Amino acid sequence: MLELAGVSKHYGAVEALSGVDLVVPAGQTVALIGPSGCGKSTLLRVLSGLVMPDSGRVRLDGQEVTPASAPALRRRLGFVVQGGGLFPHLTARGNVALMPRYLGWTPERVAARLEALVQLTRFPPDGLERYPVQLSGGQRQRVALMRALMLEPDVLLLDEPLGALDPMTRAELQEDLREVFQRLGKTVVLVTHDLAEAAFFSTRLVLLREGRVVQVGSLNELVEKPVDDFVTRFVRAHRTVPVALAMGGA
Amino acid sequence: MGPRGRGVCAPRRGRDVRSLSSLLLLCGLALLAACARDTRPLVVVGSKKFTESVVLGELLTQLAQESGASAVHRAELGGSRILFDALQAGQVDLYPEYTGTLREELLAGEGVRTPAELAAALARRGLRMSAPLGFNNTYAIGVRRETAERLGLRTLTDLARHPELRLGFSNEFMARADGWPALRRRYGLSHADVRGLDHDLAYRGLESGGLDATDLYSTDAEVRRYDLVVLEDDLKHFPDYQAVVLFRADLAARAPAVVAALSRLDGRISEREMVEMNARARLEHEPPGRVAADFLASELGFRAEVREEGWGARVLRATREHLALVGVSLGAAIVVAIPLGVLAARRRRVGQVVLAAVGLVQTVPSLALLVFMIPLLGIGTWPAVVALFLYALLPIVRATHAGLTGLPADVREAAEALGLPPGARLRLVELPMASGAILSGIKTSAVITVGTATLGALIGAGGYGQPILTGIRLADVGLILEGAVPAAVLALAAQGVFELAERWLVPRGLRLGGAER
Repeated sequence: MLELAGVSKHYGAVEALSGVDLVVPAGQTVALIGPSGCGKSTLLRVLSGLVMPDSGRVRLDGQEVTPASAPALRRRLGFVVQGGGLFPHLTARGNVALMPRYLGWTPERVAARLEALVQLTRFPPDGLERYPVQLSGGQRQRVALMRALMLEPDVLLLDEPLGALDPMTRAELQEDLREVFQRLGKTVVLVTHDLAEAAFFSTRLVLLREGRVVQVGSLNELVEKPVDDFVTRFVRAHRTVPVALAMGGA
Repeated sequence: MGPRGRGVCAPRRGRDVRSLSSLLLLCGLALLAACARDTRPLVVVGSKKFTESVVLGELLTQLAQESGASAVHRAELGGSRILFDALQAGQVDLYPEYTGTLREELLAGEGVRTPAELAAALARRGLRMSAPLGFNNTYAIGVRRETAERLGLRTLTDLARHPELRLGFSNEFMARADGWPALRRRYGLSHADVRGLDHDLAYRGLESGGLDATDLYSTDAEVRRYDLVVLEDDLKHFPDYQAVVLFRADLAARAPAVVAALSRLDGRISEREMVEMNARARLEHEPPGRVAADFLASELGFRAEVREEGWGARVLRATREHLALVGVSLGAAIVVAIPLGVLAARRRRVGQVVLAAVGLVQTVPSLALLVFMIPLLGIGTWPAVVALFLYALLPIVRATHAGLTGLPADVREAAEALGLPPGARLRLVELPMASGAILSGIKTSAVITVGTATLGALIGAGGYGQPILTGIRLADVGLILEGAVPAAVLALAAQGVFELAERWLVPRGLRLGGAER
């Protein structure tokens, strides 16, 4: 279980987060959404202990995240950073196996875990010996996901995991990712700026604006019972493609 | 690779570390070799970087050897100040000097007038001076023999009686306070046709008959080359530049026979003889050792053994010396600069100080840096190595700093998010990713060091600079090329070696199709 209580964070004069309270029960998938600069990425960094809040508390399964506890706790969190953050000097295998090797896993254990992840993420096994530049965008995201899952973390944090992909790859990866979340049953916090994507992954959306939580609820609740005008405008901004019209015109 | 395939990254990292350590080992061996080569000489003779000084240095070396010492000649060590400092520091035991240089330059401001005062000023520094060797290498006025004989010119007073003569002086002589303006007043010279021009042009003017007289040093090889008569300074206008031997007072205790042998040279070298020796060495390119040996044989009647190095041996020795200079200084620079670059990238405040400090070193002219090293480390290989080391730092520190700070933010964040501690992040992610940048910094340093090391010869470090220096002294293009061409080849080779190292050290993933993002 993840808990945030009264978390605030400033960068100079900018208030990235102010008084955020949020609880993510174990096994739940939560999507953080909101416009650019609303603080959703900062919230993810605070959750992972990469950024320490100015005030407030962050707890992972009841244990407080502090500068001292963060490095150890981080190994119980899988983090897919924005853009993937693959190490270009290592092959896909090298990327995924970096951390277990550092921790002294036996080669057999590493190989077995990799085998399972390749199947789970539907990554082509022959791609393991390739370097990131030799992989497609979708494959790179799968490697980033495998790397985040390698140590079997309790919590998975993803920052815009599908950001830079073309629509077809994105749709395919969305399906696979949702299946992974469902199969693993882990606690997942995912950042996206796309409302439809957020609703696709989760029934619990957290809408942020200027560092504050505006509304928490399902897509329906955001549409039917918006707490203020901003929510309405945010929802309306995500126009759906008028499919019938587009197909008729083709 | 099968499922039981062994790690890709761990052995690769191991290989990187091993290759780096073997590089360091190599540098260490080169260092030891450089040490072992320096056998302890009993008496070290020095000389300045002009022909007369080198010939006299050879003469003193052979004389010391004849007196039973094991003598070494450190030839062409830059200028007076370098030698005077080296003598006081005990890096050199004796060298030829001029009384005028001591009075006007080295001991300027101490008001040294009489020979007794000069001896006292030297004694305070633990130095002594021999009796004059016999010739006075001072400013003089030379005229063509034909003109001198026709007009019966022997002294400068005679010159004053012939105001129709055309005079051409070097620009420096025209401008110096004790040059033309003072000379003119002293002798009442009323010549109308006086011009300032380049020294070489003045000699050509004399040769073609366009000029009748010019300034020169009284023992210049040109005196013989153009068959000039040096007019006697009968009113003693020009300061005395009597050639003497300066030596350390403690030499009398360490090698009394050598000090005693110096007296055999008292007044033995006339101006005519010195001109002759200069001309043989400078114009006919005879080895200074042979010129000195011939003089000793005819004047003092002993046969000194002259060892002459062949062309191949000379280039080989210069190569060995140059490689040692570059290898040791560059190796040490790599070992120090990479951690400094890491520090600079990790701590911004400290980083700015480090970058400013290594940048500051770079602004010191290389020659000045070499000279600064003499009071600290003396002359020879070590001060040159330290100076080259300091020069080699900047490109590597800066490349390491730039390589590390320029890493994509998501990659750095990913490494931290994985839970790797800072040391492991540096070793497993950041340094391998910055390796290309770091290597290019090392490559730049290597090329600069190979070039700058040629200046090491000025303080006795040898290397390719030695033939270049001698070549400049003798205006011998062949000799200059003997140093310049191998230096250029070595610079290219160094670049090639580091380009190969790049294939070996920079991870393959970084070399495929450039940057990922």
